[in-house]
Amino acid sequence: MSQSRYDRAITVFSPDGHLFQVEYALEAVRKGTTAVGIRGKKVIVLAVEKKSIAKLQEARTVRKMCLLDNHICLAFAGLTADARVLVNRARVECQSYRLTVEDAPSVDYITRYIANLQQRYTQSGGVRPFGISTLIIGFDTDGTPRLFQTDPSGTFSEWKANAIGRNSKTIIEFLEKSYFKVMNESPEEEDEKTSVKLAIRALLEVVEGSHNNIEVAVMVPDKGLKMLESDTIQQYIDQIEEEKAAAEEARRTSGPTVTSSRG
Amino acid sequence: MDSVIALVGKDFVLSAADTSNARSVIVMKDDVDKIMELDSHKTLAMGGEPGDFVQFTEYIQKNLHLYEFQTGLQLSTHAVANFIRGELARLIREAPVLANLLLGGFDAISGPSLYYIDYLGTLEKLDHTAQGYASFFILGTLDRYYQRDITLEQGIELMKRCIQQLSKRFVINQKNFIMKVVDKDGVRQVNFE
Repeated sequence: MSQSRYDRAITVFSPDGHLFQVEYALEAVRKGTTAVGIRGKKVIVLAVEKKSIAKLQEARTVRKMCLLDNHICLAFAGLTADARVLVNRARVECQSYRLTVEDAPSVDYITRYIANLQQRYTQSGGVRPFGISTLIIGFDTDGTPRLFQTDPSGTFSEWKANAIGRNSKTIIEFLEKSYFKVMNESPEEEDEKTSVKLAIRALLEVVEGSHNNIEVAVMVPDKGLKMLESDTIQQYIDQIEEEKAAAEEARRTSGPTVTSSRG
Repeated sequence: MDSVIALVGKDFVLSAADTSNARSVIVMKDDVDKIMELDSHKTLAMGGEPGDFVQFTEYIQKNLHLYEFQTGLQLSTHAVANFIRGELARLIREAPVLANLLLGGFDAISGPSLYYIDYLGTLEKLDHTAQGYASFFILGTLDRYYQRDITLEQGIELMKRCIQQLSKRFVINQKNFIMKVVDKDGVRQVNFE
């Protein structure tokens, strides 16, 4: 009779030390649509790949970026339904924190909460891990911008820029090459433009360049989350395409450079 | 000991509350804000037991904020009134909360509305009313001078009249009052000139 009860955890260690359920959850994340987060000097940008929706479907009901509190936003990659559950728990926790200590929760606190929750589901009886990784952005009360990532195993870490979901590796490689250069060269007044452009540029590495495929949100201190209009996004895309074409042109006309060690 | 008064005008709800916190013969604080802003277009004026009404109304406020984050929408004043009443009605037989409230709100569709909610779970939609000792003294004043569709200036004058009545006839001297108005532009404090 007790066989029908979940008397042991579904996530158990394999002989060689793997938690296969967690690794399979990471596979589910890798299949999800891409999300990119960029931390600027004073702003944080989230850019997500808009999943292609059926013709008859209402576009506005498919949300990949969720506001957790006035100053904290979350984007995810992976199982949408799992995300809904986690986001709801986080929203309740935000208000609960505010009720108890009458202060806004820090981004770090909420990230820990979400990560703890994800970890608990890898060590409980009868449950499976959440099939999502999250990018959590926000500002602390002192105005510092923060970007965190969590994954199905329950680990979390802070990032200057990151990507999750489909082809995230490509984007991370691109960001590793360009983030520091772009951020250092940009003047502070241009911080928002630079960060948005970098986010879109990064996403365009793996997503087709059209405003129909990309959604961008910018978080500014004390002003909350601002979703960019399609036209604005298209303008950035056009600008990026122009710069890419110009760079390509420059490379071609600057003559044959030695690109291989062979003569 | 708290005096809370509220009335509905043409396109606004005006609430006033005294600002003192006193126990027996000691005045502990004289600048208490007893009109909480539940969200952008709702005020909750409170009276009763100081600890109770603050705890309870903060709890209501955070639940309303949660609803906003979950759905992206704000509840109507009518819905909030019923939510508050439901909680108080539940709590009266579990863990009574001595909070007497006047909920004022402005909805885009239905305009201004005022709800009287007491600690037992009584809920009434009214035009003009009061909680606390004030009600003994100024319900008559309001009945005499209140009219539907009064302007904000007239409303403020009527409130001042009520507060004057209290200072004349109520043995407890409540020196200061705070007044807030809710209209289509949201919640703001009104100055006594």
